[in-house]
Amino acid sequence: MAANESYPDDLKYHKEHDWARIEGDEAVLGITWFAQDALGELVHYEPPNEGDTISRDAAYGEVESVKAVSDVVAPLSGEVLEVNAKVVDEPETVNEDPYGDGWLIRIRHGDPSEADALLDVAAYKQVVAES
Amino acid sequence: MKLIFEKSQPGRRGGDLPNYDLPPAKVPDALRRETAPRLPELAEPEIVRHFTELSTRNFGIDTGFYPLGSCTMKYNPRVNERLAMLPGFRDLHPYQEEDAIQGALELMWRLQEALIEVSGLHACSLQPAAGSQGELTGLMLMRAYFADRGEGETRDTIITADTAHGTNPASVTMAGYKLAKVETDARGNVDVAHLREMVDEHTAGLMLTNPSTLGLFDEHIEEIAGIFHQAGALLYYDGANLNAVCGISRPGDMGFDIVHINLHKTFSQPHGGGGPGGGPIVVRDKLEPFLPVPAVVKDGDRFTLDYDRPKSIGKVRGFTGPFGVFVRSYAYIRSYGPRLREMSEVAVLNANYLLARMREAYDLPYDRLAMHEFVLSARSLKREHGVSALDVAKRLMDYGFHPPTIYFPLVVPEALMIEPTETEAKETLDEFADAMLAIAREAEEDPELLYEAPHGRPVKRLDEVLAAKRAIVKYGFEDHPDLGATTQQPRQLEAQKGG
Amino acid sequence: MLAAIGVSSVEELFRDIPEGVRFGRELDIGPALSEQELSRHLEELAARNVDSSKELSFLGAGIYDHYVPAVVDTVLQRGELLTAYTPYQPEMSQGVLQAIFEYQTVICELTGMDVSNASGYDGTTVAADACYVAKHATGRTKVVVTQATNPQVRQVVKTYAPGFGLEVVEVPHSGGATDPGELREAATDAACVIFQQPNFFGVLEPAPDLAAAANEAGAIVVAHVDPISLGVLEAPGAYGCGIAIGEGQSAGNYQSFAGPHYGFLAAKHDFIRRMPGRIVGETLDAAGERGYVLTLQTREQHIRREKATSNITTNQTLLALGGLVHLSWLGPQGLREVGETCMSLAHYAKSRLAEAGFEPVFPEQTTFKEFAIRAGRNAQDAIRTTRERGVHPGYALGRDYEGLDDALLVAVTERRTPADIDRLVEALSAR
Repeated sequence: MAANESYPDDLKYHKEHDWARIEGDEAVLGITWFAQDALGELVHYEPPNEGDTISRDAAYGEVESVKAVSDVVAPLSGEVLEVNAKVVDEPETVNEDPYGDGWLIRIRHGDPSEADALLDVAAYKQVVAES
Repeated sequence: MKLIFEKSQPGRRGGDLPNYDLPPAKVPDALRRETAPRLPELAEPEIVRHFTELSTRNFGIDTGFYPLGSCTMKYNPRVNERLAMLPGFRDLHPYQEEDAIQGALELMWRLQEALIEVSGLHACSLQPAAGSQGELTGLMLMRAYFADRGEGETRDTIITADTAHGTNPASVTMAGYKLAKVETDARGNVDVAHLREMVDEHTAGLMLTNPSTLGLFDEHIEEIAGIFHQAGALLYYDGANLNAVCGISRPGDMGFDIVHINLHKTFSQPHGGGGPGGGPIVVRDKLEPFLPVPAVVKDGDRFTLDYDRPKSIGKVRGFTGPFGVFVRSYAYIRSYGPRLREMSEVAVLNANYLLARMREAYDLPYDRLAMHEFVLSARSLKREHGVSALDVAKRLMDYGFHPPTIYFPLVVPEALMIEPTETEAKETLDEFADAMLAIAREAEEDPELLYEAPHGRPVKRLDEVLAAKRAIVKYGFEDHPDLGATTQQPRQLEAQKGG
Repeated sequence: MLAAIGVSSVEELFRDIPEGVRFGRELDIGPALSEQELSRHLEELAARNVDSSKELSFLGAGIYDHYVPAVVDTVLQRGELLTAYTPYQPEMSQGVLQAIFEYQTVICELTGMDVSNASGYDGTTVAADACYVAKHATGRTKVVVTQATNPQVRQVVKTYAPGFGLEVVEVPHSGGATDPGELREAATDAACVIFQQPNFFGVLEPAPDLAAAANEAGAIVVAHVDPISLGVLEAPGAYGCGIAIGEGQSAGNYQSFAGPHYGFLAAKHDFIRRMPGRIVGETLDAAGERGYVLTLQTREQHIRREKATSNITTNQTLLALGGLVHLSWLGPQGLREVGETCMSLAHYAKSRLAEAGFEPVFPEQTTFKEFAIRAGRNAQDAIRTTRERGVHPGYALGRDYEGLDDALLVAVTERRTPADIDRLVEALSAR
């Protein structure tokens, strides 16, 4: 069952419909409610490897529904510490809980100032409204 | 319905083989098959019943109206089937000596000539197996042409329309080119201003369908051709929509340099559930030297295969192409002659009539005359009643029609792309329009009927999500998974959320 | 109808077409022919071809005169299958979808693989497909093909390679087969290695050793195989191959001047998301009943567009269906018998020809349904004089291989009889 529409206040957002939860020098990344709704039920998640370096604004993985495939874009640069195995096994977790159980990767982020370029929830809601 | 493997009985077989009582030849132990493949074991009557039952669970043009946009589902004349099975065609080996294949070569040459005439260009290769392969071949020709002129390194980009079939960008990648996309304007034409910004010395060419996948003829085609030719680039015509303009406007005259034609669309090769097709390419004379080898040429009274083509790109497939397809398409073309023009006129008339009957009930993204197909949108139905293009398509099945193409082109949300073809009589068009109007009413009055459609087919709506997740792609014999046991509740397919 | 549209003539429907691109005359194609006239014209063209009902033929070299049972025609002429499109709307197309699922199963059984697609264009393009898969799976840019592989397969791979950014390296044959040591050397840093079994000369390659050599080099092993041989020859999946490809024509299709036929491509499970072409999967409907759909479509061009595993859309479904029907009619026992019959007839032919002074080109090698002989003179001349006696003795290998201008590739299928072979010997011997 897909979650109800929501955009938590405590997250930072990227205009390509990805979110970041910053926790000290680490961050947890995922896709927003809007992204999972646009794709439909996810059937596959192609993650990066632990240890990989990812770059802000570049794709670090892919998610697929039956009818569409989408790059997952990194809001921040860093090193991949952990891939969410639950989403690999049960990709629909992202639809059910995009900000909680449906997180995609945890990184050690390289440059804290990158967060300044991200959108806060109000700005991101504006992006959604215009989509 | 059971799978053929589930009907197998050990020891049964369809028929016997002759036995010549010769000493058996021995396969070396290291190479010999250890375990027999688990092929079906049925007697011939059971085999016939199985495939007959399968066919009753399928819908073809022979069954009813099949308005799949961009697929040109026209009637396949039965005489063509008989002709393709003449022993002189059916039992001919491709490596037979040239004196022994003159009838086949003449047929191919005449088909080439007809396609050259319809395209308004100069030389033809029948080799490509389908439209996609024609596209890739055309792009390979471009590469060879520019390499020959010393421009191979600089010209690295192909421009496609944002309304293009997915095959266009996929072919671009396979040909080793970079992809750029030009936008479509509010009238459904290529945005010429955007195009001017994009075309430069890195441009190898344009890939375009005209009329487009929106079913609209590009009003600026001459200007577009000019932009590319002035930049020293080439134009490629995706012939998927040729049924609209045969004998009325020729791609060569529009300014295109390379054309592929879909024999399984415009020229009636039966689709066979997914193929075979034919994707011959026709080119401007400056590109002829690069065509695949061998070429079929006429030399006085004789026809011959010419392998002496030093600038040829090589071979894109075995031998000279899908000959059985050529027989059917050639026969189709000869049965029309110059009346191919009428074929297109009726195709366009039928499309516009259907559009006129349906436009009040659905959204019309581009308010222009259509060519052979048109695109409507179920966007309002979605917004007001939660009914998607998918739901409309599934409900149409209950009315006895094959649905149109849905969710394509990507620029139109909740798209319904409808192509009736010239085959259909007015009564059929009226029945279809009536059904579409009825469905629009049902969307308002009784949407449950649509969400749960189809009701009258051999199966109810199928769960594509489950299929993708489980990826059961062959019968597992004793180990075959029981989907019914392992899944709690089959999910309804989610409608795609727009472009 | 015009009134409903709001125009006054059919001509007006085309008003968006600019004057400058209007075609101003009639198409110069002969006048429309009635069905009768059309039949007469095509029959006349067909009559000028010398097909295998008119001349006893031992031509093979990739396309073979196997027996197609009548049921194949029956099934392929069913209008609901013949005139259906690609099954995008599964509830309308359970016939085609289930048939493809059964075909996929049969191909996997024959080849020992986990996943098959619904068909490729022919036995040559599937080799290019396999190279594309291997490139993306390994990141390497070299592909290796044995010289003993069908020359057209090699030529097609070389035509596709530049666009794919691949280098093609060939391993020469030695005495009609491929040396695993030489293959191992060539296969360093290769994305894949392609070999044919039986090879173009009809020779049985040391396939398990070739596969081992390629695996050692970290290259994906691609075996190009003959479906009709897989009742007697081991499945590629059983001896270390990652991908199995081939020309399907021998199973279920007439020769038809080389088309349309079907290529097959099957692979181990690792490659499932990289597979080109249509794949049918099993599922349930809303009432919990079993059904079939096109699946894993995100690989394909209509969704993944420029990043698709292939641009293929229309493939060769109906011809693959012919293969399914033929193989179902044969069953495992019949398939084995066809293989054994071809092999024993070919062996008989080889012996009789050797007795008559036509030595095998590769005497040390075991062959399947085809073998190469020395004609004792230029092969083209031998073909000419033998045909004067109503027999075509086989393919002139000098077209494709150095030093074989006197060699003929003789194919013997289960449609030939010992008496036919005696006739061949006689006709070839006469001058």
